Amino acid sequence: MEVCGTHTTVIAKSGIKNLLTNYLELRSGPGCPVCVTDQSDIDRIIELARMPNTIIASFGDMVRVPGTYSSLELERARGAHVKIFYSPHEAVTFAGKYSDMKIIFLGVGFETTAPAIALSIAEAEQQRIKNYSVLSVHKLVPPVMKALLNDPELHIDGFILPGHVCTITGRKAFDFIASKYNIPAVIAGFEPADILQAIYLLLQQMVDEKAETINGYTRLVHEDGNIKAKEIIGKYFEPIDAYWRGFGLIPESGLKLKTVYSDYDADERFPVKVPESLPPEGCSCGEVLRGKLTPGECPLFASICTPSEPVGPCMVSTEGACAAYYNYSD
Amino acid sequence: MDFKKTKDVILLAHGDGGLLTHQLLKKYFLPHFNNKLLEPLTDAAFFPVKPGQIAITTDSFVVDPIFFPGGDIGRLSVCGTINDLAVSGAKPLYLTASFIIEEGLQVAVLEQIIVSMAETCREAGVAIIAGDTKVVGRGQADKIYITTTGVGYVLPEANLGYNRIEPGDFIIVNGPVGNHGLSILLERESFNFDTKVLSDCAPLHTITEKLLRQFKGIKFMRDLTRGGLATNAKEIALASGKDIWLNEACIPVEENVKGVTEILGLDPLYLANEGKFLAIVSEKEADDMLIYLKKGLFLHESCIIGNIKDGKGNVYLKTGLGGTRRLNMLTGTPLPRIC
Repeated sequence: MEVCGTHTTVIAKSGIKNLLTNYLELRSGPGCPVCVTDQSDIDRIIELARMPNTIIASFGDMVRVPGTYSSLELERARGAHVKIFYSPHEAVTFAGKYSDMKIIFLGVGFETTAPAIALSIAEAEQQRIKNYSVLSVHKLVPPVMKALLNDPELHIDGFILPGHVCTITGRKAFDFIASKYNIPAVIAGFEPADILQAIYLLLQQMVDEKAETINGYTRLVHEDGNIKAKEIIGKYFEPIDAYWRGFGLIPESGLKLKTVYSDYDADERFPVKVPESLPPEGCSCGEVLRGKLTPGECPLFASICTPSEPVGPCMVSTEGACAAYYNYSD
Repeated sequence: MDFKKTKDVILLAHGDGGLLTHQLLKKYFLPHFNNKLLEPLTDAAFFPVKPGQIAITTDSFVVDPIFFPGGDIGRLSVCGTINDLAVSGAKPLYLTASFIIEEGLQVAVLEQIIVSMAETCREAGVAIIAGDTKVVGRGQADKIYITTTGVGYVLPEANLGYNRIEPGDFIIVNGPVGNHGLSILLERESFNFDTKVLSDCAPLHTITEKLLRQFKGIKFMRDLTRGGLATNAKEIALASGKDIWLNEACIPVEENVKGVTEILGLDPLYLANEGKFLAIVSEKEADDMLIYLKKGLFLHESCIIGNIKDGKGNVYLKTGLGGTRRLNMLTGTPLPRIC
């Protein structure tokens, strides 16, 4: 199983998936940060977008994700301000220029995006920009790996681990997969050859009846990861129990801004009333994210749910498993 | 307060049909677009026709930013419409141009766009023979929108249509794909990449005319604008009911485009082009046509990128690894990845 949306896309796009189809099955896990964002968080974001004098600053993929009653794309068409940024630093600069507007940056992502978001708060602090805040729905990968490994119904023989996340966390953070659960794991880069190498190393371990967490992406990943990035995350954020789509509540699997930074915490500053969240009817995104179903096994896949009219987030996001299956299937 | 009488920005009054409108035409549009058919400034332009078929097409241009590496909205508004005629097998003759201008646009900016349109028309050998100008209030449009309509003669040699596409035909492109869409995106979002990606914005009709006169085996052509190569291939496959097989290793993409799209998680096959066409040609003539493109027309990066097979309207891409994947139409705006 791969647990990184970029891996999912490369596997589908390069044709690895169908080349190996007679030999092994590649399952996609909870690798896309947009997809694992809980429905209640999507609904909260939509309520924030409806506040007057507010600009929702977001990475692109969030815009089309359907909440219970609306999406940012719909809200934008109805007059809400939604602006796509490619880095939180740009959003801070933007906030400095438009001091009469509330700029709320959607902190969506795993360990990889958290440092940049933390630095944007540092920047806003430094420049005394008061109208910038972050809604943190960040998620952490090791806790969700534990949730997958503790699932008695799921029998994954090996894990392809996310190269970008591991550049931050380091190899050691995923040691427990092999040492505690006795399942082989390999950290992989993002070239097709990187992924094939990871698959080869996993198979080799299975043949040798061994289980290790191997670093197959040594050009960027180190044992202890990026110490500086981890320090920055630790300075601004603290772990919090978080809801994941498909998994429910996972202990200490999210990141919340520390109390001392509550002025920059959109959750604290703008407590909005969120309607009761309901998952999209008939949508199996939750099961797909948990590796229980492949996208093709969802009854809505490619019939009712397509990239142009997505029902669930896995079909919206460019990194979503359903979108990858839809766009790149043979 | 500056009480100078210079009108350095466009006012609503420039669009009311009165004196200012007249001055705008006389001072900025007519000197650059100057030609015999436009000169009378009557409600309609007249031109003689000869026997045969006439092709007509129209297109609106709302690009942001209006100036980008390799072109601008003016050049684009001429090339875009000319190229629609070119790939339809027509020789473009005349254009009309309609401008919707936002109040407050710098007159110097407008003039720069007009000059660019005039230069592109001269390069392409077409004339703008009718037009219109409207001004809307500040905030009601984004700087300037241009609509151009083009008419041209259908070349007697051209015999193009979905119905002519057959299994065994080859698919040729005239150069690397993805440049225009990426150049716009990089200019719009200021990513601070060291590399400059230039738009490929250029008129194609002289190339297509030469090809059509020389190769009777050209069955179909399409300019690869919005949605890029992949989306246009899918449209052709659906309309013809045949399958299109593309070979990833043969599709030309510039190195810097490859690098930047990889970093941003974009696919060059889905990015717009403004100077690229896809031609479907009989197996018999494909090699000769490729040699002619490369040696005769100096389009050295032209490639045979795939072929047509019997099927149900699918597009397949043979990947560099030897796998196969299906290509579908673009959905939504291509956006860089999140992590």
